[in-house]
Amino acid sequence: MPKYLLLKHYRGGPEPHRPVPPMDQWAPEDVDAHIAFLRHVSELLEKNGEYVDAQALTPERTWVRYGGPDAAPVTTDGPLPETSDLVAGWYMIDVESHKRAVELAAYVSAGPGPGGAPLHEWIDVREVMSEASSDD
Amino acid sequence: MIDEPARRLDEGALRALVPRVLAGLVRRGEDFDAAEDALQEALLEALRVWPEHPPRDPRGWLATVATRRLVDARRGEAARHRREEANCAEPRPAATEEGDDTLFLLFCCCHPGLAPAAQVALTLRAVGGLTTREIADAFYVPEATMAQRISRAKRALRGRRLDRPGDLAVVLRVLYLVYTAGHAGRVDLAGEAIRLARQLTLATAEPEARGLLALMLLNHARLPARLDSEGRIVTLDRQDRGLWDTREIAEGVRVLRSALVVQRPGRYQVEAAIAALHDDAASAGETDWPQILAWYDDLVALTGDPVRQDPAAVLGRAVAVGHVLGAAAGLRETDRLRDVIGERHRWHAVRGHLHELGGDLPAAAAAYAAAAHRATNVAERDHLVRQAARARAVGPRAAETRSNSSSGQSRPAAPFRIPDT
Repeated sequence: MPKYLLLKHYRGGPEPHRPVPPMDQWAPEDVDAHIAFLRHVSELLEKNGEYVDAQALTPERTWVRYGGPDAAPVTTDGPLPETSDLVAGWYMIDVESHKRAVELAAYVSAGPGPGGAPLHEWIDVREVMSEASSDD
Repeated sequence: MIDEPARRLDEGALRALVPRVLAGLVRRGEDFDAAEDALQEALLEALRVWPEHPPRDPRGWLATVATRRLVDARRGEAARHRREEANCAEPRPAATEEGDDTLFLLFCCCHPGLAPAAQVALTLRAVGGLTTREIADAFYVPEATMAQRISRAKRALRGRRLDRPGDLAVVLRVLYLVYTAGHAGRVDLAGEAIRLARQLTLATAEPEARGLLALMLLNHARLPARLDSEGRIVTLDRQDRGLWDTREIAEGVRVLRSALVVQRPGRYQVEAAIAALHDDAASAGETDWPQILAWYDDLVALTGDPVRQDPAAVLGRAVAVGHVLGAAAGLRETDRLRDVIGERHRWHAVRGHLHELGGDLPAAAAAYAAAAHRATNVAERDHLVRQAARARAVGPRAAETRSNSSSGQSRPAAPFRIPDT
């Protein structure tokens, strides 16, 4: 079965379908509902036998490259640190098909936002390359 | 630890034997690295065999099997006979020797030449008697990674003298690291740290060892109230104190008293005293903040330059200052730390708390949001986002947010039914 990453972003991606303020500016009950939904997704994926991993990343980013012999690593927070793509976290799933991955991504995107209405957040769906040799 | 219901093995008793057997092997001249590997194999064998065939002499069984593994590893027939005879002839240890064994091994595992992660892993295996798999699970790394970390640590110890008294301060720090690594995984590391600290207090009269045990007990007692049924963090001031473990508190206080009478104060004793004062308050409002502040004064006095050497103590003291002298005074104390830990989430979280204490909710919300942005733990991040939202909801922006969200929409946990697989 193929594995997919369902990536959530702090920023970047297509034009938001429904712009919302940062979560610390939501009503407390909306924050609770959203966090409960995220946990519910993990539980549901586990129950379905589709869960592999879920992780969240802090928003801090450091770009690093080799600086050369006898030189320290070169670091930067990137070009346009305020606007470039920034991954917030992911679910890794093991599913029947790409169609199923899209279905689940849409479900994740429907998590409740301010007022309890679906967020319509863009989810980046990426297939993980298999390490097993193929049969054909 | 291992939760298959079929297993009726007393794993606690089994694991308690590990340091004694290992110390016995090392004391009679076996190489620490090889002996520890051999014992780990014997332990796995015991977990497999004992439920069906419990041995009459568990300790002798472990020692014999570990010795056989050592001998197999060496493939020396002559060695086999000699070792097995030595094992049979070995006398029963007295109680004091048990304590010495634990201390001896803790000094080996917490060798100052090892990195903290290696010290922790080695301690859990060689003294705690956990399997590599259990330690890996506890730290969410693959088993092969943990196995490698442990064998590298042991390789680093090779050739170093292990028979000298070690650094007790390092041992205490390692046990505290084990404690704070938490209880999220399959293995209860906090409980494990308490068990090891209890063993350590039998082996040394050093009051700081008892201070550490007391600190762990007094904090651990509040664990049942730290999360609500949804897994959300509940701060000390909002916890249901009826859920606290009064037996653990009583033991913690008893252990702490026995340490304090020695009159050689140290940071663990002082932190335990602060924890005891929190545990002693029947409600958050009855907390004896002036006394807590006095203990924090002692804590920061333990280092020459507390702002740089012990910023966590200065930050904790700032909270106490806020409660005793007012929020503004507490915030002034945190200002001294801005250059040192101003980018850490805890600094912002404490400022949020102090702003809230002073009634400045917009500033509290901003500080909590800044803290959430810097948090490195999901539960804490979620908690801080909630704190920010809560502070904002009762602040000036509340009216606006409320009118948006009260448009009568339902709030289902799942907005639409997920298709079945």
